[in-house]
Amino acid sequence: MADNVFLILQDNEDARPIIEAIEQDNQDATIDYQPGMVRIECPGRLVVNRDSVTEFRGQDWDPMELQLNLVSLSGNIDEDDDYFALSWSS
Amino acid sequence: MAVKKKLNMRKRYEVLTRGMGWDTTYQPMDKVFPYDKFEGIKIKDWSGWEDPFRLTVDSYWKYQAEKEKKLYAIIDSFAQNNGHLNVSDGRYVNALKLFIQGVTPLEYGAHRHYAHLGRHFRGEGTRVACQMQSIDELRHCQTQLHTLSHYNKHFNGMHDPFHMFDRVWYLSVPKSYFEDAMTAGPFEFITSISFSFEYVLTNLLFVPFMSGAAYNGDMATVTFGFSAQSDEARHMTLGLEIIKFMVEQHEDNLPIIQGYIDKHFWRAYRVLALIAMMQDYMLPNSPMSWNEAWQIYYVENMGALFNDLSRYGLRMPKYSDVATAEAEHLSHQTWSDFYNFTHAASFHTWMPDDRKMDWLSEKYPNTFDKHYRPRFEQWREMEKAGERHYFKGLPQLCQTCQIPMFFTEVMSDPMKISRRVSMYKGDRYHTCSDGCKDIFENEPEKFIQAWLPVHQIFQGNCGGADLSDVLKYYHLNEGEDNMEYVGSPDHKRWQEWKGEDKQDETATG
Amino acid sequence: MAINSLGDYVHINKDAVENFHGNQVVYIHWDNHNMFTAAAAFPLPPEMPFGALLEEVIPSIFASHPEYEKLKWDKVKWILDDEDFIPNTGVSLKDNGIGHKSLLRFITPELTGVGGSGN
Repeated sequence: MADNVFLILQDNEDARPIIEAIEQDNQDATIDYQPGMVRIECPGRLVVNRDSVTEFRGQDWDPMELQLNLVSLSGNIDEDDDYFALSWSS
Repeated sequence: MAVKKKLNMRKRYEVLTRGMGWDTTYQPMDKVFPYDKFEGIKIKDWSGWEDPFRLTVDSYWKYQAEKEKKLYAIIDSFAQNNGHLNVSDGRYVNALKLFIQGVTPLEYGAHRHYAHLGRHFRGEGTRVACQMQSIDELRHCQTQLHTLSHYNKHFNGMHDPFHMFDRVWYLSVPKSYFEDAMTAGPFEFITSISFSFEYVLTNLLFVPFMSGAAYNGDMATVTFGFSAQSDEARHMTLGLEIIKFMVEQHEDNLPIIQGYIDKHFWRAYRVLALIAMMQDYMLPNSPMSWNEAWQIYYVENMGALFNDLSRYGLRMPKYSDVATAEAEHLSHQTWSDFYNFTHAASFHTWMPDDRKMDWLSEKYPNTFDKHYRPRFEQWREMEKAGERHYFKGLPQLCQTCQIPMFFTEVMSDPMKISRRVSMYKGDRYHTCSDGCKDIFENEPEKFIQAWLPVHQIFQGNCGGADLSDVLKYYHLNEGEDNMEYVGSPDHKRWQEWKGEDKQDETATG
Repeated sequence: MAINSLGDYVHINKDAVENFHGNQVVYIHWDNHNMFTAAAAFPLPPEMPFGALLEEVIPSIFASHPEYEKLKWDKVKWILDDEDFIPNTGVSLKDNGIGHKSLLRFITPELTGVGGSGN
């Protein structure tokens, strides 16, 4: 199995639609709530889609807004107007 | 040609960072950029470097401003509502003292040196990223000072962190690490701070420790911690991208970069000994042990990172195995050392209570009961007898990391102190590990200049020969900032605030 | 390996023995008594007799250990800079071969720390 990438977000209201979008779009993602933060892991690749977050939030979401609630991450980043993705190449 | 109304992210980033530089004509480029060649790193094409966040200046200001608004709203309400009374125990604040003395000045150092890099790299994309990071680091320094200034009103030891950083013995550990990086070339600095420190190791500082702050009721610290960490994620990315960029540019770069990674992993890891004890001992309630954090954030996550980087020919930092073996000992050894020398520290130490001791046994089944519980029980007995243990002298220090030589041979004999010695121009130089010995022997000219606090006291450069003289030189108030927590002014104030009966508190908390 | 630098590198030996006002630095540790977490460092005159180490210097740090009173100097095994060493208590540190930044360890095979734990 591919190595895990991870994304850690603050455990707050802004992060909720992002987490819901991740759950929907990444079947293998595991979500772990720790004090003050949420740690999301996924083997190989994890993607956050603009459309999905926008839908859950009911308001347009720019992937750059991830900056606001991001705590940490691991993986090679690929970001564009429509998505933010983390992956390992192996 | 169809012109789009709004450029997409890639285009916006290109417009910001490309074609902004030029080749100088009336001075040679090598004179304008004098520092980016002597290390032997060969860059064929600076435009090969790209920031994957593609952050433009307008969005940088927009998002940073929003982060600041959120943070300051929380800091204000924390101060207004006397949030310091809601932390789990007064002991906890000692972790914040160490933070403001040992970490905040590093943020400032990083601010200064990324500004230097933002001037001196030849590639404009790289310069822009370094300039943003420089501003971020200044922001971290300021937000930490603002947040912790509330604690400074109510607790001792936090009144002069920058002065202390330049003088106090244990703060020479982070200081000498950063100055080692800042006095190297720009590629070594960026490998050291952006990659070895920020990518490989800062998760261990900012994630489990800040989560621990939340767990102990410190809303203000968790907020500045996570706010800083959101920038940190961008810095880590800079670290990873610059590594990939350097090895892609020329095959000769690989051994140099691997050498930098090895050296600075070990230097930065040694600094984290302070974090290990903050995590396990200074958080009254610890959601995660140092060893657990090490397994997740180093063994697993960095294992994944280096699996990925193996396609470039890079491997895990040298002596990763030693660091992993030390994970079961590090916090206990470091806390023991500060317990020995807390009469010369600007924070308090104490012996863990029964509940904490049991937690340590559970989290460290292979090491705690065997090696460290007997030591702590002895110290608790001495406290009860009114003879609290202090080391009544000064310790031998490692020439490279400047930490007292208390690390042990964890791979073979965990109670045997790990010591290495090198001879250089007729003098002996002692180091605490193979990692520190290799670093010394690779650059003895640099490390023989080390300002070792113990030797400086002996040479008469620290205010005098008596402890009181040295504490004055440190700007440390004797009897207030230093010594055992139990019975300290901080402890007494905490008991008054909480209405705790002094009779209930034994010497062991 | 030589240091890589832009210009000539200035050699500064911060801890040259000349900087210690006639003293030399000596490190001393009691093996298997790690509640003293590191070796102790002392600035000592090279002419100091070895006997003074036993009577004054060593007890100033280590006498607070519960096993200290059982310590018998004639049963102690010494190691100086990683080599077995038999001191001559009547002569100076220097004449015993203890130099600047020497490490002197003493081992007490019968005393192995609190509860035999190496502490």
